[in-house]
Amino acid sequence: MHVPEDDLVLHYYGELASQDEGRVSAHIAECRDCHTAYRRLQQMLMSVDDKALGVPELPDGFERIVWARLEPSLERGRGGWLSRLFSSPSRLGWVTAAVVLVVSAFFAGRLSRQMPSTPGTPSTAVTATAANTAANQNQVRERILLIDLGEHLDRSQRVLVELVTAEGAAADFAGERNRAEQLVWANRLYRETAAATGDSSVVDLLDQLERVLVEVAASSPDSSERELADVRRRIESGSLLFKVRVVSSDLQERRKAAMRQTGQRSSL
Amino acid sequence: MTHTDAATVALARDGNSEAFRALVEHHSRAVYRLAHRMTGNPSDAEDVVQETFLRAYKQLGRFESRANFGTWLHRIAVNCSIDLIRARPRREASHDVADLEVMNAPPVTSKAVEASPERLMLSAEVQERITSAMTSLSQMERAAFVLRHFEGHSIEEISRTLGLKVNAAKHSIFRAVKKMRVALEPFVPAE
Repeated sequence: MHVPEDDLVLHYYGELASQDEGRVSAHIAECRDCHTAYRRLQQMLMSVDDKALGVPELPDGFERIVWARLEPSLERGRGGWLSRLFSSPSRLGWVTAAVVLVVSAFFAGRLSRQMPSTPGTPSTAVTATAANTAANQNQVRERILLIDLGEHLDRSQRVLVELVTAEGAAADFAGERNRAEQLVWANRLYRETAAATGDSSVVDLLDQLERVLVEVAASSPDSSERELADVRRRIESGSLLFKVRVVSSDLQERRKAAMRQTGQRSSL
Repeated sequence: MTHTDAATVALARDGNSEAFRALVEHHSRAVYRLAHRMTGNPSDAEDVVQETFLRAYKQLGRFESRANFGTWLHRIAVNCSIDLIRARPRREASHDVADLEVMNAPPVTSKAVEASPERLMLSAEVQERITSAMTSLSQMERAAFVLRHFEGHSIEEISRTLGLKVNAAKHSIFRAVKKMRVALEPFVPAE
């Protein structure tokens, strides 16, 4: 009786149970049909490699691109502050020393002076404050987004203009590269804030901007003229500069409107 | 783990971002290759690379310094790929072996070709068929096959990783091999 195909597969990968392995090996050695079937299976499986799978050859500088995309997420991504503090013995030592100092200071203060007893805060006032805080949170977030994002877009615009208009080799753009690297991090934060406020047009723009900033930040001084031209083409073909200007002036209008609203409210 | 890797991991655990950057730079290509094999798609592979390093960064405190960082990272990358595969909308229907018979039309030539341009053409055709066959695999078949064929995981490990019974993992691999065989049969020279 011949070896079933599934057993040939298991034999190829060394996955047959030890008691079956010897029997199957012996049979393949003796049986011409099974020997042929196994040889064909071997040849077929050996041809399935990375090249056949279409795994691309990665470009030089791939690692830099990975890092440029990753770095902004890391500070927020690291586990909670507690796990960070306790992850290393040296930090744990510092934390312990700091805790001892704070506790000592606390008790020293208790011994040196008696705190006057303060009257309890009325619970209604606490509730009102909490309600106000909650109500203001969205407005504050919106205002921060309007002011800071406007500045961020201005800074990004300057980098993009410099890249599109200036002439020269990649090595001349060290300044833009550094600025782009700093802007990537801020850009991601603004995008998340904009997403939280449901501002999809800003989210789309920041998304597009981030891709270009990452590319600029990850470019090396050895980047060829062609790579630089690609970045420029991407900025121009996506009308990125135009979109940045439109959103920037829209933000300015919204900021003015918000300020007028605040002025009216405070004059009431 | 090499001495350099061990020292770098220790620094990264202490919050040294340059050390973590060195680890990213050292391992990102391998993680990408694995992710591409698993997902079969460059943009998914890039997402897996990002997610893998982000998870590794979050979990550095849990990494045991005696372990091999590359192996640990590899496991995270496999899990990220599986999560991504699971999150994808399910294929409408995975192709059956019978569907692949259509691909089984005679190739340019079925005998070994000596002339080099023809040989190149043949290898391009083989590659095309392998790519098609891989695309025809269901997501679980592809994951199981890649883990066995490229990553050298045992079937038992694969069943644990994919949350399948050992027999189910085994049969995913059998089905994958069968589809590959059907697609490539005409190219394997007769004895």
